[in-house]
Amino acid sequence: MKVKVLYFASVREQLGRETEELDLPAGVVTVAGLRSHLRSRGGTWADVMAEGKLLRAAVNQDMAQPDASIKAGDEVAFFPPVTGG
Amino acid sequence: MKISVQEEDFDLRSEVKAISANPKIGALATFTGLVRDVAMTLEHYPGMTERAIARIVDEAKSRWQVIDCAVIHRYGALQPNDQIVMVAVASGHRGDAFAACEFIMDYLKTQAPFWKKEQTPDGARWVEAKMDDDEAAERWR
Repeated sequence: MKVKVLYFASVREQLGRETEELDLPAGVVTVAGLRSHLRSRGGTWADVMAEGKLLRAAVNQDMAQPDASIKAGDEVAFFPPVTGG
Repeated sequence: MKISVQEEDFDLRSEVKAISANPKIGALATFTGLVRDVAMTLEHYPGMTERAIARIVDEAKSRWQVIDCAVIHRYGALQPNDQIVMVAVASGHRGDAFAACEFIMDYLKTQAPFWKKEQTPDGARWVEAKMDDDEAAERWR
């Protein structure tokens, strides 16, 4: 299923990418699943998306936990812990 | 209720004035965040920022009496002493106004998708989230 993925701040800088449209393999249906899928690209992706790394995610512009589900057409974002205010 | 995410500077007095024209209001509490020491650039997630702040304000309204409120957060390039953010709350009494104002700021620090990049003498550096901010948000549970 197709989803749109956005990257922000240091995540965006390290990956060298702001956004992409992805067609996910069957079975990738959660934020954690998507993160794992991106990690499997290897190289910088494996580093930035590593399990130990403090990464936050949002699905359709709401903060989302790793077990949050993803459906076709969703917008998912990955970013470091926020530092506004 | 005013929620704005913008590049331009804001004027606290006129924002406060705009939310205080109600005879039920007896207390106005405000917070202003400034850039301290080091110039920075603020990145944000357009769309989600407004949405997240609206949620934070709704939560505050469900816990305290908030007759009106204004939250403005800037993004883009900012210099030391520039204003970054303001929260203004109008309530009947000071307990609600103070608490709601502080709550909104504590939640904004952990839930609103902004990221600061400081321009230090040694180059640009992303600010890291602080444990203190998470703890500040936790104490409102």
